[in-house]
Amino acid sequence: MTNQPVIEIIYLVASVLFILSLKWMSSPSTARHGVLAGEIGMVLAIGGTLLHHGIVDYKWIAIALVLGTIIGVPLGMVQMTAVPQRTALSHAFGAFCVTLVGSAEFYLRTPNVPPFMMAVLSMEVILGSLTFTGSLMAAGKLQEILPQRPITYKGQNVVNLALLAVAIGVSVYLVIHPAARNLFPLIVAIPLAFGVFMVIPIGGADMPTVISLLNSYAGLSAAAMGFVVDSKLLIIAGALDGSSGFILSVIMSKAMNRSFTNVLFGAFGQVQAAAKAAEEAKPVRSASAEEAASILEAANKVVIVPGYGMAVAQAQHKVRELYDALTKRGVDVRFAIHPVAGRMPGHMNVLLAEADIPYDRLIEMDDINGDFPQTDVALIIGANDVTNPAARNDQSSPIYGMPILDVDKARTVMVIKRGMSPGFAGIDNPLYYMDKTLMLFGDAKGFVNNIVRELSGGH
Amino acid sequence: MQSSNLLNGLFVFMLAAFIGFEVIRRVSPLLHTPLMSLTNALDAIAVVGAIVLVGEHKSTLSAVLGTLAVIAATSNVVGGFIITDRMLKMFKSSRGIKGRPQGQ
Repeated sequence: MTNQPVIEIIYLVASVLFILSLKWMSSPSTARHGVLAGEIGMVLAIGGTLLHHGIVDYKWIAIALVLGTIIGVPLGMVQMTAVPQRTALSHAFGAFCVTLVGSAEFYLRTPNVPPFMMAVLSMEVILGSLTFTGSLMAAGKLQEILPQRPITYKGQNVVNLALLAVAIGVSVYLVIHPAARNLFPLIVAIPLAFGVFMVIPIGGADMPTVISLLNSYAGLSAAAMGFVVDSKLLIIAGALDGSSGFILSVIMSKAMNRSFTNVLFGAFGQVQAAAKAAEEAKPVRSASAEEAASILEAANKVVIVPGYGMAVAQAQHKVRELYDALTKRGVDVRFAIHPVAGRMPGHMNVLLAEADIPYDRLIEMDDINGDFPQTDVALIIGANDVTNPAARNDQSSPIYGMPILDVDKARTVMVIKRGMSPGFAGIDNPLYYMDKTLMLFGDAKGFVNNIVRELSGGH
Repeated sequence: MQSSNLLNGLFVFMLAAFIGFEVIRRVSPLLHTPLMSLTNALDAIAVVGAIVLVGEHKSTLSAVLGTLAVIAATSNVVGGFIITDRMLKMFKSSRGIKGRPQGQ
């Protein structure tokens, strides 16, 4: 009993540290303090919890903490290209924890569960279970264990919404009759199925939005758990995580030109493979590595537009060599980052930072778009749809309205690409047929390497 | 939880959500990936609820579910902080990088 005020004060300090932790994330120069603040807050909170007067058994707590650490360390050591699936997996773990605690609390309390408590408990369990399976599906798609292609069938949304409605119906019944313990497994099982069905129709290109949305759900379920176990610290952490995921989903959906209701219901407009059989023999201009090198060398301002294709080809280190070679010659080289470049929000920045490219050279879409008319060369590596001018001027295009990088306004456009096959979304890109566009056919890593060799051999 | 506590909880939630919006809106898009892994690690503070569940040992079911929950949440805490710090370590400014040894 006497420990309680001490524990509450420790939790208060931890809450402050958590908020500071996120505040320090505002800039790369302070961000690592943020991690430290978060870590201290976490250690304090766990230490404080162990003082809890009701705890009689420490053995299993210790075993679980050790096992969790053993699983957590390798999950913290994954490659940077695998960060999106790791993140999805950790959403699943978080949701798993919340669902288990919610279920345990229900069986400990039934039949004496007040209505409001039962309502938040249902919310905790429903959000937790759908986030658990949804995140596992997302992780599977990102790891390419599951097919990346959207799987759709007729009446999908009706079935999904009906499932969710049944789960909510059952939880309303439980709010009125909390003694109906036999019904409780339904509000775990139905959302588990819903989570699978929710992510099945979503294609690989939509993963940044899905991950953000699941992040938000994971936060909200944790906040609901905070109400159930009467922990203000957990309510705060859950609310912070929930709002973070929410903001990121809004940014991602805007960057893909999806309406917000579209996102909330998980009904992501499936990419219709609407590439109307484009006229086969449209002429394109291609160039060799030698020609590309001499154009780049003569330029004053170069903007490189990296896409996920660059990461898949593991070309980021070669791209850094190109950056070094050009910078040494006095060329101003910057990188244009589209919000959905990569597989999760901000992923491309991490991949480029790993290759030692300074972060002040990574420029956001809105900040760099005005500079393209003064850019001598826009070099596109492994990106496609985010550079497609059809999004700006072709109302019949499936991506019409999506904000893009205005690379077509640069004086010369160079595109490194394996062949003329359309991109992820299967949409033809008129950029490739422009007079000022040079196609550099080849593997991203090999081609960039050849350009670097030309640049160093030239003098 | 009493209904007054629930109401207090709602106040806390509302205020924290507002702080979250204001603070996170200011996070540079450069750092959105580490932001997500950091909020994930912080979210795993759910471990405190699970620890109490295991420690109080009110029933076998609650102890077993609680133990699994502690394992899941701890792995998020540990893995989340490690990867966030690894990512942030890689972000260097032009000035920081110019100082690197030649030929690296």
